[in-house]
Parts: sequence; C-alpha cells; structure tokens
Amino acid sequence: MYYFTETHEYVNVEGNVGYIGITEYAQNELGNVVYVDMPETGDDVIAGEDFGAVESVKAASDLISPVSGAVIEVNEHLIDNPRLINEDAMKNWIIKVELTNPEELGDLMSKEEYDTKFKI
Amino acid sequence: MKKTCLHDRHVELGATMSPFAGFDMPIEYSGIVEEHEAVRRGCGVFDVSHMGEVNISGHDAERFVNYLFSNDVAGAPVGKVFYGMMLNRDGGVVDDLLVYKRGDENFFLVINASNIDKDVAWIEGNAAGFDVEIINLSDDLGEIAVQGPEAELVLEQVLGIACRELEFYTFKESELDGAHILVSRTGYTGEDGFEIYAGHATVRQLWDELMESGRAVPCGLGCRDTLRFEVGLPLYGDELADDITPVEACLSMFVKLDKPEPFIGKEVVMRQKAEGAPRKLVGLEINDRAIARHGYEVLNDNDEVIGHVTTGYRGISVDKSIAAALVDTRYAAMGTQLKVKIRRKVFPATVVSRKFYKKSYKK
Repeated sequence: MYYFTETHEYVNVEGNVGYIGITEYAQNELGNVVYVDMPETGDDVIAGEDFGAVESVKAASDLISPVSGAVIEVNEHLIDNPRLINEDAMKNWIIKVELTNPEELGDLMSKEEYDTKFKI
Repeated sequence: MKKTCLHDRHVELGATMSPFAGFDMPIEYSGIVEEHEAVRRGCGVFDVSHMGEVNISGHDAERFVNYLFSNDVAGAPVGKVFYGMMLNRDGGVVDDLLVYKRGDENFFLVINASNIDKDVAWIEGNAAGFDVEIINLSDDLGEIAVQGPEAELVLEQVLGIACRELEFYTFKESELDGAHILVSRTGYTGEDGFEIYAGHATVRQLWDELMESGRAVPCGLGCRDTLRFEVGLPLYGDELADDITPVEACLSMFVKLDKPEPFIGKEVVMRQKAEGAPRKLVGLEINDRAIARHGYEVLNDNDEVIGHVTTGYRGISVDKSIAAALVDTRYAAMGTQLKVKIRRKVFPATVVSRKFYKKSYKK
C-alpha cells in the first residue's frame, strides 16, 4: 500500500517494511536525475526529516522521510544508474526501512488524495 | 514578475518556467541534457530578452565608457564588441558586460538582467562632467542567441541574415523586413554563435521562423548555465559580485591597465596584480558522483573553511562532478588536494583548470 507526503516522497508498505522513493510527479519536475545521496544501512530515518537528496542537472532536492525507522537496505542500482528514477520512480525505491512507528502512516496521504492534489 | 516578449511561446512549448532576475524564464523544454547537446553539436536558440541594454552616446561617449569599463574601447573600429566589467572603487565587479561600438560617439552596453537597475544608477551616477546621453533600452529590446556549430547556416538559410563575414566579437546593424536589427558573433556557450537584438515584434518573428524550420532547438536557461560553466565563463551572482575583483575571478586580461586615462577600480586591480589577491577562482574535480553546489564549503586538510563553491554540476559534455570555487589563494595551485562539504559528508576534490571543456569559437 502506497502513502504519500506533501514533499513528493512515497512509502510503499508491506507488513513492517517500507520502500521509500520519490513520486512520478517529483521525477518529472526534477528532470534528469544525475545523483542520489543515500544514507547507509543501519542509519535511522525520522518522519519529516531529510535523509538524503536527489540531484538533477540543475539542483539538489532534499529527501524527506515519510516515516521513522531503520534503514535495512539502500537501492544500490541507483549509485551507477540514477536515471532509473526517471524511468520508473514508483518502482525504483531509494531506501527500504523497518518501520518503528506505523501510526505515522495516518499522517500521510493516500494515492487518491495525492493524485487529486498533484495532478500529473 | 516580468515577462519577455517570447513568454507565450515558452508556455505554448510546455517549457518549465521559473523566476530568474525578476523574469519568468524558460529553464528547459525537452530537457537540459538534450538542449545542451543540441548546442554542442547542432544549433540551439535561447530567449535572452531579459538581458538589459543601455545606449551611451554623445561627444564624451568614448571617454565615459572607458572611465566606467575595464576594457579599452578607445580608437576601436565601428562594429567591434568588447567583453569587460564595470568596477566599483574597491575593485569589485558592478557587472560584467558587452560593449558594442556603434559609432565614434555611440556605444551599446549589454548588461545582466539581475543588475539593470543597479547598473543604470551606477552609469548615471558617474556621468557628472561627461557630455553623454544615457538611454536604458532594456524594456524596448528583445534578444535571442542562436548558438552551436550550425548557427551560421541557420542564420543565413532560415532567417536570411548574412553573417558569414562577421568575425568573432564583431557585429553589424541592418534592416530585416523594414525593422532594425543588430547581430553579433558572440555568445555564452563556448560554441560559435550569434546574438540578435531587435524590437519585440521582430524577435517574435525570428523565433517563430526558427521554430517552424525545425533547425534550431529551443534551449532554456538551464543548459545556458551548464554550457557556460563547462568552458569556464563566469556568471554574475556566482563567480562575480560587488566584492569579488577581476584578479580574484581570473579576468585580469579584460582590465586594460595601460589605458592612458584613469578608470574606476584601476588602483585596486593594479595593486592586486602586483601583490596578489587574497582569493582566487579555481576549478575543482570532485572524486565522487556527489555534486558541489553554489555556496557549499571548501575545506583544507585541517577541515578549515578556505572558500566556497560558486557553481557546480555533474558535467554534461564532461562526465565528471565539477565545480568552480573561490578559495584562499594559498590553496589555488593546480593539483592541490582539498575537500568539499556536500550536505553531511565531506568529499575529496582536486584543484584543476576551470576550462573543463574546450571552446570552439570560429575565429
């Protein structure tokens, strides 16, 4: 199940695990992604705080975590091929976290709410 | 927010628009990378109508321009273009600009959009005692830049503007369907190309002809910045500012200290050339994929801040993470190992030439 932030990140939740990435809308706004600054496995992320950045040719955009948790995997394909985000932002997640406070999901938008607010 | 005379064209083309220097400007159309490549390999066209234009004429025009301007226009032939700067009395850069010599008593200045008000005030404020007429034409003129190895062919074949005979940094004025235009072989991309100044209706007509021909790719300010940066051209606000001198910015060659008459800022430049300047603009190559952006700190081995990044990109024609930085002169030698702080992490960087990519002007 996908949940969305106002700052265009998503978390796709399966059980206690969340896959965090940026939305199709965000990748379209950014243009060619040339670098993804990611945390390391074992780092903690906190809901509402930045955990890295996605850089297009023109600018760096902070990544704000939708949820709190511990990073259990980073998407290493993005190191050499950051443009995977342009190809399919929803499939090419950036980090995988173990949620520490699933109640935070209640503060996020559903797919329907996000799509209505940010029409592509 | 101001709009250029081509604003509706950009919106129609689906450009990503963003504020720049008080104007709502196109940043990209098809994408920065594609547009950048179009200029390096074919032909791109930019709306640069936001740029300011000031005409200075009158009996003392040449002497006045030479008093304000770091380069030397004295005795130059009509039709010549000069790059240089207006300096303040501390040697800092008020603006960098082009000066076109239209006649022995007639000069046309092209200034940065972000500095129009400041420059006009500066020019007028220093005109006491000179017999000159100063006219700000910024709102009346539009400008397009046609850039790339195919620019000459496109101007001649699509726009019907004969330009083959124009040498680098020269211009001509002519009529196009009864309208006055000024065309120079200049640009801001490191490629051959032309800049055309005309009234709004003419600029719109030229733009439309280029779009209909399909032979010039519309290019936004996004790739204008990556193109100029790769060949080491400065941008006011990044590499140049009121408190950065031409010696620090490595632009001394555009300050003619041998001009017989005094000019504003001369003493400071002379002193810095003799004694050295406290800071110097350098190129940096970051040994990682991370990108150093404007304002990021540059550190020495002891993690002391010794400068800051002025511009940084993942190069497009150069597949590396590259930056320009203004650093303490003691750390400016080629090959010096420095560090750049990019968000929470610190990355090693090497001082290199700022000319990351070779210019290919037609001279």
